[in-house]
Amino acid sequence: MSSAISSREYLQRRSFIELDARTRAKSLFDSRTDRELAGPFDRIESPWLPLQGVTPQADDGCIVMRGTIGGRQAVVIAFDGAFQGGGIGEVSGAKLTSALDLACRDSQEGKPTSAVLLLETGGVRLQEANLGLAAVAEIISSIIALRQYAPVISVIAGPIGCFGGMSLAAGVSSYIVMTPEGRLGLNGPEVIEEESGVEEFDASDRSLIWSIYGGQQRYNQGLVDVLVDDDANQMIETVRDLIAQGIPEVHRSQQVDLYRSRITALDTSTQWDPAVVLWSAASLARPTGRDQRPTDDKKEHHQ
Amino acid sequence: MSNFTGIRGRVWFKALTGQEKSMPGDLSSVLATDVSIGDENARFLCVVPDPDSRFPCARHGEVGLEQAYTLAARIREVIAADRSGKKRPIIAIVDVKSQAYGRREEIAGIHLAAAEAADAYATARFAGHPLITLIVGQAISGGFLTHGYQANRLLAFADDDVLIHAMHKEPAARITRRTVAQLEELAKSVTPLSYNIRDYAKLGLLYRLLPVSNLEAPSPEEISLVRNAIVEAIADTRKGPTDLRNRFESADAQIARKATRLIRARLAEQWNQ
Repeated sequence: MSSAISSREYLQRRSFIELDARTRAKSLFDSRTDRELAGPFDRIESPWLPLQGVTPQADDGCIVMRGTIGGRQAVVIAFDGAFQGGGIGEVSGAKLTSALDLACRDSQEGKPTSAVLLLETGGVRLQEANLGLAAVAEIISSIIALRQYAPVISVIAGPIGCFGGMSLAAGVSSYIVMTPEGRLGLNGPEVIEEESGVEEFDASDRSLIWSIYGGQQRYNQGLVDVLVDDDANQMIETVRDLIAQGIPEVHRSQQVDLYRSRITALDTSTQWDPAVVLWSAASLARPTGRDQRPTDDKKEHHQ
Repeated sequence: MSNFTGIRGRVWFKALTGQEKSMPGDLSSVLATDVSIGDENARFLCVVPDPDSRFPCARHGEVGLEQAYTLAARIREVIAADRSGKKRPIIAIVDVKSQAYGRREEIAGIHLAAAEAADAYATARFAGHPLITLIVGQAISGGFLTHGYQANRLLAFADDDVLIHAMHKEPAARITRRTVAQLEELAKSVTPLSYNIRDYAKLGLLYRLLPVSNLEAPSPEEISLVRNAIVEAIADTRKGPTDLRNRFESADAQIARKATRLIRARLAEQWNQ
């Protein structure tokens, strides 16, 4: 999907990543159907940041919009990576959970409402520590509740990526969409270097970082459903198609045996070369005799 | 303090189940068994350190790839077995210093492993299995999200060595550009920053704070007190909804989580306008 494109196409395309969070959210809806809820004019700000001398933001870095996408009811929740690194605080976390719960209620009442999460987040906002962590636990629960009735789509487009507890939220989603510019992981490079040492992870090694967390790698591993270029039109079409596709037969995070068997098959006696694309269709087609390459070739993702 | 991570998990698993072993074929770092509590059978789960783990970053009581998948499998096994019968309670005993911080873990997608365990726990809860978490030591960050934080009811010991948090104190101070002393000072007025379990209790997330102080050598009275609290939590769970709303509807949450409640009210109000 990220095939080479001509320079003309490149110049003509409209970047999705360069849009701010509110514009990204708005761009996904059918024209003039979008409406922002608990927006900046409601001024529900973090009660905890001012106590620490940090300026809050009127939307707490989280935008909730509802409307229709491809004629179907949907709610989009977009995180603003420019505010506190998209970190989950009490208010932004409650916005997401509450939107998911309302979509779930409508869906149970026969009005299926999909949720699209535009994730640009390093995880829990440390200035709200325990309430951020609690919010993430509630977000995970509410995604799992909603996805029985309507798909939950996580989009990881920009370079902030999706880390920390929110990587679990992406993990339990119905579908994950990434661009090659996006990154996905539980622990970021700096945290690993700090906790386990520079031999374990050199956080200044950009190519190492991208070869582990980057959208292309995650797609090749089958940990992501769709890889799209940074193109607003492609992103809109992708989201619309996934909503139309509905709930997958089985969610990725329900497939314990499949993913567990991959881990069991790995040789951990030496540090891994991240250039080796674990489990990819390509690596299965061109075996090099490395032990750590499992033989499971089931097509597990839902594309 | 963190040197002791995992000891209490094993101690309390043994105190409550009379055993300290894994299920056949499982890792030695995931203790699991079915024993009776109250008048029914329950599945007990606990993650303990394995100094010989084949994943070097998961040897000290961290929740790593294999621990997460083992938990997920043992929970899904219970869901499947009880599908058409009475839903067995699941008791998570928690003393985890964190998730595993390693390069191998990230390459292999530890976020999905953690998601699989959280998914299994939440799915069990929604299916009607009373899910009770007993925090006997540390419950930190991704380790807690993976093992325990999906519970209907959270129980914790009122002891200074019990710690629930998003990040350990030193790295949290560094990342927020503070000294540990500054962080501790701020935490006196900003409750969610606090590393004290009694402050955590004020957030309204806990069901009970239990007066247990012999964390590593509990007295028979303490064991019986904990057992009774678990039985009570199971009964309370069966009377209520299967989601996590008690965490923002509790009396303490009505004070500490005002902003959460305000957002929920405002969104509900504007949803159909």
